[in-house]
Amino acid sequence: MSAATQKVPGGAQAPPGAAPTGILSWILRILALALIDGITIWLVYQMVFDGYVPLAATLALVTIWVNIVFLSGRFYPLRYVAPGLALMVIMVLYPILFTFYVSFTNYGTGHLVTKEVAIEVIESQTYLPADATVYRWTAYKNPAGQYKLWLVNPDDPTEVFTVVPGEEPVAHTGEPPAELDGFTQIPTNQLFGELGALSSLTFGVKPDSAFQVSQTSLGQAARFEQQYVYDPAQDAMIDQQTGEVYYNVNGTFTSESGKTLTPGFAVMTGFQNYVRLFTDPTLSSTFLQVFIWTVVFALMSVFLTFVLGMFLAIVFDVPEMPLRAPLRSLLLIPYTIPAFVAVPVWVGLLNPQFGIISQMIATFTGGWVPAWFTDPIWAKVGILLIQTWLGFPYMFVVVTGALQTLPNDIYEAADLDGANAWAKFRKITLPLLLVTVGPLLVASFAFNFNNFVVISLYNQGGPPMPNTPTPVGYTDILATYTYNIAFGAQGRQDFGYASAITMMIFLILFIITQFQFRYTNMLEERGRNV
Amino acid sequence: MSSKGRFTTSVGSVRRGKRIALILRVLLAIVMLIFALFPVLWIISASFNPTGSLVGQPLIPSNPTLANYERLFNNPVNPYPRWYVNSLFVATTVTIFATAITTLAAYAFSRFNFRSRRPLLQAILLIQVFPNFLNMVAIFLILQQFGRYIPALGLNTYGGLFLVYLGGTLGANTWLTKGYFDSIPRDLDEAATVDGASGWQVFWVVLLPLVRPILVVVALLTFIGTYSEYVLARVLLTDKYMYTLAVGLNQMVSQQFAQSWGVFSAGALLAALPTILIFMFFQRYLVGGLTTGAVKG
Repeated sequence: MSAATQKVPGGAQAPPGAAPTGILSWILRILALALIDGITIWLVYQMVFDGYVPLAATLALVTIWVNIVFLSGRFYPLRYVAPGLALMVIMVLYPILFTFYVSFTNYGTGHLVTKEVAIEVIESQTYLPADATVYRWTAYKNPAGQYKLWLVNPDDPTEVFTVVPGEEPVAHTGEPPAELDGFTQIPTNQLFGELGALSSLTFGVKPDSAFQVSQTSLGQAARFEQQYVYDPAQDAMIDQQTGEVYYNVNGTFTSESGKTLTPGFAVMTGFQNYVRLFTDPTLSSTFLQVFIWTVVFALMSVFLTFVLGMFLAIVFDVPEMPLRAPLRSLLLIPYTIPAFVAVPVWVGLLNPQFGIISQMIATFTGGWVPAWFTDPIWAKVGILLIQTWLGFPYMFVVVTGALQTLPNDIYEAADLDGANAWAKFRKITLPLLLVTVGPLLVASFAFNFNNFVVISLYNQGGPPMPNTPTPVGYTDILATYTYNIAFGAQGRQDFGYASAITMMIFLILFIITQFQFRYTNMLEERGRNV
Repeated sequence: MSSKGRFTTSVGSVRRGKRIALILRVLLAIVMLIFALFPVLWIISASFNPTGSLVGQPLIPSNPTLANYERLFNNPVNPYPRWYVNSLFVATTVTIFATAITTLAAYAFSRFNFRSRRPLLQAILLIQVFPNFLNMVAIFLILQQFGRYIPALGLNTYGGLFLVYLGGTLGANTWLTKGYFDSIPRDLDEAATVDGASGWQVFWVVLLPLVRPILVVVALLTFIGTYSEYVLARVLLTDKYMYTLAVGLNQMVSQQFAQSWGVFSAGALLAALPTILIFMFFQRYLVGGLTTGAVKG
């Protein structure tokens, strides 16, 4: 028995059970994999066709990996990790890499689709040439309400064909019959009423064989021509009507006279977004301001909640304190309320005109009320007040628990040395607390560094800073700042730049976590030496 | 453990000094209780207050009424009951799947020794340091792409939202659960294997019933976190009837703020109930789970 329970270095042992080899297990796995594979192959094919190659590649790789894991006995343990890991790779890892990629492009308003899609859309546009052939038409309608046209070229009576929206023309001969493939000719007296519907349709297939009925010249229909053709050699769109050339300028087809074609598409712009961030004075100073406030906000949130929570924990942690358990439960309540409820409630409490806290302040100051939402400083105070309210219970509970683990003998030794309460706190309690609670403080800092909810719900990051290229407020943190750049103003969504800022946030968080690991080790050292 | 030796200034403290100290402590407790509970009491009061606006509100309304609640549930513009159901639905579904995913992975990390074990654990921790919503641009575009081919997984769908939430499942909770698995002696695995159990049977029959306490913690934490999630829900859900409470409630606020305060208070109170109740009932479990490093949100 001892050999079997002997631990392998690394903590885990030989697998408790071997990979199942039963036939039922095989069948189930094959069926499930077949389903997953089928869907994935279909998806991947479509995506590559539309130019979404990176996502398709990721999906393909993950699916291949899943197949290997579930079919090979060697990777049995990974089967348990597979669902979570697959989801994490597709929905977390890939987005991070994708954000990295997007930060080097100009993805955003005006550059939203891939080049293939943009070309396809532009090439489907048509125009009516000056020398277009004018056809005479006879219209048909079927019981389902669909239309068909019988067209005759007056200059060449042998050119006779019918055409339906969305399909190529079909050649015919002779005169238009009364009935044709389920379609009945529309009587003359009803033609005028149907004219509106007829002229709004495009018969045939764009852009090569598009016909439209004229609403003004009765009886006439004309064939439209494709207006733009893509020329790979010049990487430009050429207007067939005017001959104007629209060159590919950073993802927008632009002519020399400055005209542009829509849609634009996303192109690689290299380090432009990062360069913009650091060199454009308004952008970089804004970024710096937001960054500084983000750090201050996170630090103060942790500091205030920890100090208050710790103070309360120490004060209430005496045996003669009555009703400690109910007190702890009641004091916990602010923490149990979701932020999306708590923040708007506080916003109401602080409302300068009607909020009850502001009114109470006004009775003491004779009418003056802090401008909780319009003054940059008071807005920050308000936010930190809410943060303290939301967070102190957590710290209170955590420190109370940590206090129970502190050994008594050190305190007795300190008493013998004649230490007073403050000295005992500073030299014994605080260092020992920080050992246990330290990692939680760092985690709280990281959490508040990106505390989008509180900032956004308080005043959307406002009050707004004047004269900024992108909308920014004095209480914006990096996360909300990024959000505004990406999703803020309709028509000014700059995903590329927002992604660049996101990468900067990642970098900063990474540095913080490095400090976290080092700090935790350092705290453990200190704890051993107390 | 008593703190008797910690905070007294001399060995022989005077009894009166102690009593004064106790009075001060109790006073502080009262002050803190007011600070902590005042907002809550106030919205309770506001929700029953017939005037329904922010102006001039006493703490105990003179003639309490349920009018605000009625208006909340019958509002043609804001489908509050729908939002409530949505939030519960989303949170419950995510909780079920996330707990399953976490437990399965934790089992493997705890019980098996495979080459990628340690690197995977570290990678998971490292990647999950970055909050998911920072990738909002990429996630938005990814779901947009998915939605082109599989409408149920696109923008403004719960399918897409689930994908996003579940992508962030492996993380601190996995470590937590793995730790719990580690604390169960392997003799049980051995005995079962000797009896012919497969890896899956060891998990399902032997270990799963034993790790129930940590499953409860993980499930509750996941529920609370998903229920309170705001950023991704706001970015990805664009249809009013799809909103969760987090998004819908705040839309209510931005419309006619001062006038509909009573209705908002009713809505806020009801919205806060699930998490408050969960914390109150499962306090001991959750506090233990939280102090091991899983931060709310």
